[in-house]
Amino acid sequence: MQLFSKSGLKATPIVTALLMALGVMALSIAPTPAFAQLATESVEAPVESITDAPVVADDSGAVDAEQSSAQGSYTPMKPVIGKGMPVDSTTKPLESIGFQDQYSAIGRQAESLNNILLVVITLISIFVLALMGWVIIRYRAKANPVPSKTTHNSLIEILWTAIPALILVFISIPSIGLLSKQYETAPAGSLTVKVTGYQWYWGYTYPDNGDFEIVSNMLDKDEAAARGEPFQLAVDNRMVVPVGEPIRIITTGADVIHSFAVPSLWFKLDTVPGRLNEKVMTIDEPGVYYGQCSELCGARHGFMPIAIEALPREKFEQWVLAQGGTNGDAATAQAAPADDNEAVETDAVETAAVDVAAISAQ
Amino acid sequence: MTTIAATAGDMHDHAHDHDDKPAFFARWFLSTNHKDIGTLYLIFAIVAGIIGGFISGLMRVELAEPGVQYLGQWASYLQGSPATLDESYHLWNVLITAHGLIMVFFMVMPAMIGGFGNWFVPLMIGAPDMAFPRMNNISFWLLVPAFALLLGSTFVPGGSGLGAGTGWTVYAPLSTNGSVGPAVDMAILSLHLAGASSILGAVNFITTIFNMRAPGMTLNKMPLFVWSVLVTAFLLLLALPVLAAAITMLLTDRNFNTAFFDAAGGGDPVLYQHLFWFFGHPEVYIMILPGFGMISHIVATFSKKPVFGYLGMAYAMVAIGVVGFVVWAHHMFTVGLTVNMKIYFTAATMVIAVPTGIKIFSWIATMWGGSLSLKTPMVWALGFIFMFTVGGVTGVVLANGGVDDNLHDTYYVVAHFHYVLSLGAVFSIFAGFYYWFPKMSGRHYSELLGQLHFWVFFIGVNIVFFPQHFLGVQGMPRRYPDYPEQFAYWNEISTFGYVVMAAGMLIFFVNIGYALVAGRRAEGNYWGEGATTLEWTLSSPPPFHQFETLPTIK
Repeated sequence: MQLFSKSGLKATPIVTALLMALGVMALSIAPTPAFAQLATESVEAPVESITDAPVVADDSGAVDAEQSSAQGSYTPMKPVIGKGMPVDSTTKPLESIGFQDQYSAIGRQAESLNNILLVVITLISIFVLALMGWVIIRYRAKANPVPSKTTHNSLIEILWTAIPALILVFISIPSIGLLSKQYETAPAGSLTVKVTGYQWYWGYTYPDNGDFEIVSNMLDKDEAAARGEPFQLAVDNRMVVPVGEPIRIITTGADVIHSFAVPSLWFKLDTVPGRLNEKVMTIDEPGVYYGQCSELCGARHGFMPIAIEALPREKFEQWVLAQGGTNGDAATAQAAPADDNEAVETDAVETAAVDVAAISAQ
Repeated sequence: MTTIAATAGDMHDHAHDHDDKPAFFARWFLSTNHKDIGTLYLIFAIVAGIIGGFISGLMRVELAEPGVQYLGQWASYLQGSPATLDESYHLWNVLITAHGLIMVFFMVMPAMIGGFGNWFVPLMIGAPDMAFPRMNNISFWLLVPAFALLLGSTFVPGGSGLGAGTGWTVYAPLSTNGSVGPAVDMAILSLHLAGASSILGAVNFITTIFNMRAPGMTLNKMPLFVWSVLVTAFLLLLALPVLAAAITMLLTDRNFNTAFFDAAGGGDPVLYQHLFWFFGHPEVYIMILPGFGMISHIVATFSKKPVFGYLGMAYAMVAIGVVGFVVWAHHMFTVGLTVNMKIYFTAATMVIAVPTGIKIFSWIATMWGGSLSLKTPMVWALGFIFMFTVGGVTGVVLANGGVDDNLHDTYYVVAHFHYVLSLGAVFSIFAGFYYWFPKMSGRHYSELLGQLHFWVFFIGVNIVFFPQHFLGVQGMPRRYPDYPEQFAYWNEISTFGYVVMAAGMLIFFVNIGYALVAGRRAEGNYWGEGATTLEWTLSSPPPFHQFETLPTIK
């Protein structure tokens, strides 16, 4: 019920949906941030050219950091078992049947909606099963040799149309509240991270911090074990972000469609060639959060995991320096225009079609 | 449903006069007889089902434990040379693609529409045959080269390895510049032929149902199975041309330098998804609506009671068909839709639960007050009703765009659509098969084996698919040949379920073999007073040509 007070008050989108559900063409009422613009000029999907990219990096991120910068410092955080990753179903089968613990406000809101839904659908299923059980026992041929010939009952037909409809209206209120919440845009000045899906690895670009790109490949089994990370989730270079503040995630695909998904943050957004998708991500606690590509993208679709490391702001800035990047608006302003095709100003990203090719084809 | 009192005329007396069947080749390869073509469709569907089911077995074996155990050997065996890691992984994508396409286009659709539709629509409306018997024949024979093209595509290059590894959805740009080689072209041409087959079939059904009903059978007296096939035929007629257009654009993008779905040329990959799912969503109702029709007949027959709320049942199917056309983008919740679109598609999708609920409750109301006999078709129908309910309610969860952000493309979705298809559509196919098998073959199957088949299969598929809900909420993505070891437990159980299910299928084939060799002869109406539609006025099997004197419906 707490859910309603948080999310159910957005009256206009609810009305929109109900009208639409009735087949009335409702006009746009809810705010419509400009997502998913089609780029005017776009990616030459370099399918062949990138297949020889290394799947497994030779050296660790820590070593990279030492070599690349004298200023910043960064040591990859040890993940906490069970946090930001699936529960081990072999040792804890009963704990592995629910969602991963959520580390964002949106994730908790969505999970509480799912909890309502789970109760509703369980009750409906049990109700149907109970009716069937009753019918099978009470009206089996031995118990009821003479069948009735009833074929109509207007009242009950109205009821079983109206009651499900009311249940759906009841569901749609928090559901639409959640949707509007998920589409709130990041405030101006938020950190932007551009996520690019490649066959078969991820690229994370930091346009506000000198526009460097982190290339993220899956670690092989031994390497993952050596670092104490789960195999097939562990990567060589993580996407590092500051904790507790909204981050503007922009996704695009370099070759085919991939999907950037992190279950413990309730985050999934496709990376589509020629489009920029945008969504805000806010992480509550420092930690490592794993995900996996969630749109079929070819042979190694199952082997391009995602790892996000959330750090306090000052540690994040240290990490940026270690990557050779810069912190602060002034730095961004200097770094960004290095290539005038690179429309990294976030306002531009939101309002106009930008040149994806220039950003992606690095 | 109205109770039909048929005056079957004197056809029984003259049956032997008109039962002069053509010789083997002319009868089965040049057929214009709706029952023979229906039989061909059913045999085709069984063959395709064995192949598609075998592929799912390969997948479950590979997924039984973490690590890639078998794909390398299989890929090496397939290509005749040692396979690289990428070629092995590509084989996985070929398996999921083939399983999906085979089960949708070559198993469920041919069985329901081609098989039962051809057999029983003319019988139920009192017609001598389909409106266009020769077109009926080509509808079937188009499926054979279509299936051959799909199976053949496995042996030619398709990108990282042999075969088309695009998923049954064939999303661009993975299917265009992401898959070099003829395999995807062959798969696309296969879909073209299967689509043409279905469109011709749909035209035939619509014409037959509108023009060839026996005197007195108004639309509102038509048996519900005929209603369901009519609605399905309209969905096919409206949806398949859109698929044909979309995959033609794929072909020209691949081969003729067009750029419909290529962002570099001004196209848009998401356009393909809109076109595909404008077809794809009605397609899922195409696969289930004839099942709805069959279940209505079976429930009524074994309750010895007419269907409750006949008109509501018919119009619920029409409503599902209509609304099914305006909900497609719920398959695309993560592509970057605007919030308004997501709200609309969330709400519209949930609306479908209402007519579906009407059907579930009407089936229960049909049984309420009836005199139930739990014969094999009825236990399958009961299994269908409950499993379809479970699959339906998880659909309501997925309909919520905000929740789907986590569940999209996970095993939760796999569990959901296998509950409505593998435990929904397939259960209704088995229900219909057991209901009508003696009518079609003239011989009874073993009731004991039929019941045993149900229970083993029912337990097996539930063990396969219920744990997949858990994997999905934990975040295991679809279409993965391997997974982090955290997911191991439920995957192992799921694979165990496959073995149980496969044992159930063995019982089925033994039962069919038994029935054909040693089954008791079936009389005309072997279900007794509950079976009221016109096919029960005929002998089992019906004469080669029936209703030369049209029955009249009161």
